[in-house]
Amino acid sequence: MLRDITLGQYYQTESVIHRLDPRVKLVATICYILSLFLVDSVWGYLAAGLFLAVMIRLSHVPFKFMVKGMKAIILLLALTVAFNLFLTPGEPLVSVWKLTITKEGVRVAVMMAVRLTFLIIGSSVMTLTTTPNNLTDGMEKLMKPLRKIRVPVHEIAMMMSIALRFIPILLEETDKIMKAQIARGADFESGSILKKARALVPLLVPLFISAFRRANDLAMAMEARCYRGGDNRTKMKPLIYQRRDRLAYIVLALYLVGCFVIG
Amino acid sequence: MGIIKAINLAFEYIRRDEEGNVEGILRAVDGVNLDIEQGDFIAILGHNGSGKSTLAKHFNALLHPTEGSVWVEGKDTADAASVWDIRQTAGMVFQNPDNQIIGQVVEEDVGFGPENLSVPTEQIWERVEESLKAVGMYKFRKHSPNKLSGGQKQRVSIAGVIAMHPRCIILDEPTAMLDPNGRKEVIRAVRALNQAEGITVILITHYMEEVVYADKVYVMDDGKVVMQGEPRTIFSQVEELRRLRLDVPQVTELAYELKKSGLPLPDGILTIDELVEELKKLKCSGTGVDYVIDS
Repeated sequence: MLRDITLGQYYQTESVIHRLDPRVKLVATICYILSLFLVDSVWGYLAAGLFLAVMIRLSHVPFKFMVKGMKAIILLLALTVAFNLFLTPGEPLVSVWKLTITKEGVRVAVMMAVRLTFLIIGSSVMTLTTTPNNLTDGMEKLMKPLRKIRVPVHEIAMMMSIALRFIPILLEETDKIMKAQIARGADFESGSILKKARALVPLLVPLFISAFRRANDLAMAMEARCYRGGDNRTKMKPLIYQRRDRLAYIVLALYLVGCFVIG
Repeated sequence: MGIIKAINLAFEYIRRDEEGNVEGILRAVDGVNLDIEQGDFIAILGHNGSGKSTLAKHFNALLHPTEGSVWVEGKDTADAASVWDIRQTAGMVFQNPDNQIIGQVVEEDVGFGPENLSVPTEQIWERVEESLKAVGMYKFRKHSPNKLSGGQKQRVSIAGVIAMHPRCIILDEPTAMLDPNGRKEVIRAVRALNQAEGITVILITHYMEEVVYADKVYVMDDGKVVMQGEPRTIFSQVEELRRLRLDVPQVTELAYELKKSGLPLPDGILTIDELVEELKKLKCSGTGVDYVIDS
């Protein structure tokens, strides 16, 4: 069962958005999120919504996959709406028991809900159309200027991609250890949360030991293949901006200007 | 001088306690002399803890000798300046395929070595293609390594080493974690590389069947090379191998037992075909067969 886990949530299909350079998508997502917090009018939100709808359409990813991401934050969304609804001071609209809903409260609550929804769906568009590998490559290249202030950009990217490669392996291993322990009478299912957590200790110890061993082996294998950090390394799949990427940047700039103008 | 040469090589693992005092010294490799010719298929045999893996790590400059020296293509492995040249000349494949694949896609993993060697992008693609074809994994180039079988993963690892254009490949028990089919796949790929591309192969193993095709076999015990020679000479010394806690291939053992019970068979039969041929000869000449039937 654990073997089937897919990482990130990449949705394999052919589309313009899929083919875009990961850097474009990263920059666009960041700008989009910023724009959501800058606009402050119904027209601004409409523009953001329209932009998002066009992107979703272009990405050829079924809409239900976008909404999947929402499930994780439904509680957060509900709480935010509730707090804003009841705790914003202003002109009272409805009053039940000790709780008062104000006019301003409704406005802020709706705005926050729309913002959060757009934010989650907006970043889903990126993760659904970019492989985790591509994403780390994009980040590495985007953050390259940070190397001047001694941020180990290449190392961070390498760590991320190795982590991504080993997560399924370690999950499989967890599954194996778990089964081996269940076979010898371990109980991971019953009892309180505390008891369950304690039952995980004998699972984590062997898992950690094996993870360290793997790390040691991997480091040796990397050295044997002449790995010596990011300097002077060439790329098998270098990121090069194409015409469509430049176009995408122009579209993004137009959108941002539009947002400023509308408010 | 051959491609790899070890002169009086010794290596000690030093165990220290928390204060850094020496607790114990384990002499894993002890006075080994080797001279390996370019293009040879060499096998190093030994039971667990005989020092064969430690020896292998010296050929790739992953470990440095405590005493003596190792030369790869005329370069001393103790010389820090030539470490990367040595690692490119002598590629290494390890035991656990999961722990040596770095890429999340087969082709990216094979490209990892050339990337480190600063090979230009177009040439990386050429190298990846030819190496994957050489081990018969080209059609899996877009797959995730996690979805491959053990034998396939190990072939990808081999491709990853070949892509660096080494002149020698050291395989440290590459088949120990594989099922019999995976073992055959890997050994077939390694032999093909040795014969077609002339790459020197140093195969470290404790499976005797894999050693049969080697040009030369070294047997290690307790850090020392205790036997060396052609497979036929080595395997004719069944008693000696048993004393070193090694098994001979099944056919060789059968031939040995037959001979012991009186059949006039030659020493060191390595394959089933050979044994069949020899038995046919015996049947024609009529000697011995009656004896077996009688007893």
